[in-house]
Amino acid sequence: MLGIIDYGMGNLFSVSKALERLDVPYFISDDKEELMEADALILPGVGAFKDAMSCLNDTGLSAMICSYVESGRPLLGICLGMQLLFEESEEHGLTKGLSLLPGRVVRFSGKTANGEAYKVPHMGWNLLSFQKNGLLTENLQDDYAYFVHSYYAQTEEDVIIAKSIYDKEVPAVVGKDNVYGMQFHPEKSSKLGMQLLNNFTQLIKKG
Amino acid sequence: MLTKRIIPCLDVKDGRVVKGVQFVQLRDAGDPVELARFYDEQGADELVFLDISASHEGRKTMVDVVKEVASELAIPFTVGGGINTLDDMKKTLRAGADKVSLNTAAVTNPNLIAEGANFFGSQCIVVAIDAKFDQEINTWRVFTHGGRKATDRDVISWAKEAVTLGAGEILLTSMDSDGEKKGFDLALTKAVSEAVTVPVIASGGAGNAEHFADVFFEEGKADAALAASIFHYKETSVHEVKEYLKERGVLVR
Repeated sequence: MLGIIDYGMGNLFSVSKALERLDVPYFISDDKEELMEADALILPGVGAFKDAMSCLNDTGLSAMICSYVESGRPLLGICLGMQLLFEESEEHGLTKGLSLLPGRVVRFSGKTANGEAYKVPHMGWNLLSFQKNGLLTENLQDDYAYFVHSYYAQTEEDVIIAKSIYDKEVPAVVGKDNVYGMQFHPEKSSKLGMQLLNNFTQLIKKG
Repeated sequence: MLTKRIIPCLDVKDGRVVKGVQFVQLRDAGDPVELARFYDEQGADELVFLDISASHEGRKTMVDVVKEVASELAIPFTVGGGINTLDDMKKTLRAGADKVSLNTAAVTNPNLIAEGANFFGSQCIVVAIDAKFDQEINTWRVFTHGGRKATDRDVISWAKEAVTLGAGEILLTSMDSDGEKKGFDLALTKAVSEAVTVPVIASGGAGNAEHFADVFFEEGKADAALAASIFHYKETSVHEVKEYLKERGVLVR
């Protein structure tokens, strides 16, 4: 069964409803032992990086997530949950992340290279362009996804599965081994979002 | 690149969509979930539900509507109307809404914006502003209580203040244009959009697809546009508007 990590910062309702629509059995928990038994984990998240890391560290969930990943089973971080997978974020002062993926989370500057202002947060539907093929992106074509975020990940090219353009190149789907992240909200991204979530849940069967 | 958003707005009273929605092909034109699904299939990028219930029971019913919409649909939606406290925000967002929209309550108690943004993040907090041009002060004035009450605030400085307090988006309704179907208030939309760093949703005055193009281009600079009656009365559809916008070179989903 798929486990959704409840650490007080998530948009648990829409993620769980999306799984119900896909007929994927799941449970929501903040219990480390229970989560450790899951076939796959989802780390959701809405809010600030620093608060989220404090919650994860105080409850010991950080350490649990890291040992879960070592076991080889799939983990998916969504939105803030994806940002937490990286080494650090500059939101509200430099904060250390889970360091499961290489890179740093930085804020959109709000100014283009030519000095023109653009809106922050990056809010709305943006085109995903897939960079490589894999189990997660099977049978998918470039389509739009719903983003809401003010910070984005700066990471290594080989971690990026799909990107979008918003002034900068924004890593939209990232992945390395069994650790995956989506910067947009798949549960709010209509057909493409549901397909991506479905592909993630297929990883359980494929091991 | 980010696309421009088209947002149908539905008025909900005691759990039912009201205000002349004409959809003969639906089993029940008053069912919020059925209408939400209809607009989703047409390509709506987002939905706004405005709760116009006057009673406590009606408000409680709204939470059930929110839950049901969130269960059925995979597109984002905002709930406004009657959200006065942090507790109202919690109930609505935990029921599955993506954003809450504050109007009168934000003007009466601006700190509510900061409270909401600190608790849920700015991306959840939309500040709705009802604006009407006032010749005396030669700018737009903020109105509250569904447009019935004039305040002493001007729209541009209130929009800026709301964003400083933590608003993640501004839903800007022109009372001068609303219901006229002669197009969005471009000067107002542009002035607010240039004054703030967050996305601005233009509202009030949409009469045809061309009006959407106007408000997205240089004349209006809006990030999203909201309309109710032209979609409800099927004068046009979200799909038609988007096809037209594509022809005009506006990026839409």
